[in-house]
Amino acid sequence: MAKTVVEASHAVAEAVKLCKVEVCPMYPITPSTHIPETISEFVADGELKSAMINVESEHSAASAVVGAAAAGSRTFTATSSQGLALMFEILPITSGMRLPTVMAVANRALSAPISIWNDHSDAVSARDQGWIQLWVESSQEALDSVIQGYKISEDRKVQLPVMVCFDGFTLTHVFEPVDIPSQQKVDSFLPKFRASHVLDPKKPLTMGPIGFPNSFMHFKEQQQEAMINSIDVIKKANKEFGTAFGRKYGSGLVDLYKMGDAEYAVMGMGTLCGTARVAVDKLRKQGKKAGLIKLRSLRPFPKKELQSAIKNLNALAVIDRHISLGQEGPLFTDVRSAVYCNDITINSYIAGLGGRDITIKHFEKAFADLEAGKQKGEWLF
Amino acid sequence: MVVLNKASAPKGKGRDIKGLPYEEYFASGHRACAGCGEALMVRHIVKAAGPNSIAVMSTGCMEVVSTPYPQTAWKIPWIHGAFENNSAIASGIDAALKMQGRREGTNLLVFGGDGASFDIGFGALSGAIERGHKFTYVCTDNEAYMNTGVQRSGATPFLASTTTSPAGKAVHGKQEPKKPLPLIVASHGLRYVATASASNIYDLHAKVKKALATDHTSFIHAYSVCPVGWHSKSDSAITLSKLAVQTRVFPMYEIENGILKFTQKVEREKATPVLEYLKLQGRFKHLSEVEVKQIQEYVDARYEFLLGIEGKKAFDVLY
Repeated sequence: MAKTVVEASHAVAEAVKLCKVEVCPMYPITPSTHIPETISEFVADGELKSAMINVESEHSAASAVVGAAAAGSRTFTATSSQGLALMFEILPITSGMRLPTVMAVANRALSAPISIWNDHSDAVSARDQGWIQLWVESSQEALDSVIQGYKISEDRKVQLPVMVCFDGFTLTHVFEPVDIPSQQKVDSFLPKFRASHVLDPKKPLTMGPIGFPNSFMHFKEQQQEAMINSIDVIKKANKEFGTAFGRKYGSGLVDLYKMGDAEYAVMGMGTLCGTARVAVDKLRKQGKKAGLIKLRSLRPFPKKELQSAIKNLNALAVIDRHISLGQEGPLFTDVRSAVYCNDITINSYIAGLGGRDITIKHFEKAFADLEAGKQKGEWLF
Repeated sequence: MVVLNKASAPKGKGRDIKGLPYEEYFASGHRACAGCGEALMVRHIVKAAGPNSIAVMSTGCMEVVSTPYPQTAWKIPWIHGAFENNSAIASGIDAALKMQGRREGTNLLVFGGDGASFDIGFGALSGAIERGHKFTYVCTDNEAYMNTGVQRSGATPFLASTTTSPAGKAVHGKQEPKKPLPLIVASHGLRYVATASASNIYDLHAKVKKALATDHTSFIHAYSVCPVGWHSKSDSAITLSKLAVQTRVFPMYEIENGILKFTQKVEREKATPVLEYLKLQGRFKHLSEVEVKQIQEYVDARYEFLLGIEGKKAFDVLY
């Protein structure tokens, strides 16, 4: 198939166009800015029939998404870092009102000190707010995950918003060959959005009421049920996508690389997995049984898949591009909780904060620690 | 012989002799306090808008009292998201309805209290107006954060006592003036801004209809008595609404295409002294004679300012 060399942010905008998104409330913030810019061009050139709302803040971007989704339109927005932090209030409102949408998060460190560069502190800090989080490694995966995102989000068994998280600069500004699928193919994969509940004077309903203690917990229970349902829906969307487009991303939840006979493995999310693949290949050439677990879905967290992925490992190194200050790497916490019954060494490494490069050497160091039986990770500077 | 059944009010479709529809879209049985002036305003605004309407509401008293899940007082589609984002949610709805080809014939009403409109949601309101969204924003102003327990807002009047601007020994209530929100909104360049109150329900209905017919954002500043927060009697909503107009505390006007016109003008010599208004409310009971005089001067100065711009193109029209 013919590929086009485009920037990852452009690829995401192409996906928005292919998904025929009706309403795009947008507020610019580095490094996500190329997405609203490209969508604006599509709209200005008549390539995309969409209402691009240039709102006055990220808080209003997230809120306008709520309004448009409640009115029954397919919606999209994008943000980064402080922008996601400003949206935070609206994140649990979107998921609590069971409004399907997709948001691209160009991951960037949270201030202070102010940093425009990549780490995962923005989206990981928002992980408990009822959004499905898909973390991607390449421009192609970013484009494909937006399309899959709508399929998952709009599934009646799910009806939860989806974040597609992709690394700021490290991916957002990278040019790669990307297969931009045909409109026809996307149309047959992703049907027109038909919301289950819509603001319509012909059929009045009340959305966003006050939930007293006798009802509130039931809403949260149903959201958790939808999250659990989404595990199979994510897998199915990924599989169907594979059939339709000829590529997929592991099981949809995790993507395993050379894990068949691996004794030692690293695990992480986003672009660091690309570097980790090279490190694994290098170690394999040296006869070492190294592997990679790429986590694609942070929420829902694929416990069972992880338990099965690590069962033959001697040791695992978890690389967190964020730290829960006062505790540890949050991915490490999740992994250890998921596999606490397994007799396996798991080390926690904190790396790549505020745009610090993560190199092959960092992975070699982590693998060397595991092989040497070291029981403790460290900060990789 | 015609038998009059005095016990049952007329229901269903139809209108009274002055033209107000009988039909209600904000149902009775909601949980507002006895004598709530805000619920009265909301009920009439929705009644004036009619069934082909969608309402967006900020967090606040009206949201809490009207939608205790699984009950609702709303017979039109209604949405609430958060405190400061009613205008942003409405922006999304406006855009979505346009994209779906169902914007024509649908009224979009956006309700916010004074906290939502004067303070926390002001940026979102200003942004939505600048973008030219078509909706009618109604600020139901009861002059403090009543839902959270009567804390001071940017709409609280000069010298009023609230729980965060108490009348203490050293400081005697709120020291700052009320933010002139309708004039600030008018300065955005929109075509219709009005003030309205329960002192004249027919005037309120007419203004809502005019606002909804505007092909851009329109704004209504709706004076809303809160007997609980104002420490007034629970049957005082109408009395205070009328006194607020007669004392010139709450001027009744429209700003249409940039020109301010009084809908009920009160001449200085015919105005009731502000004391008559203040003395019915516990929030002003700490005031001295000197302070009442200060308020009188303050109120007159605001009114004179409006009289000064009356009939002139005082606001530029951008949309």
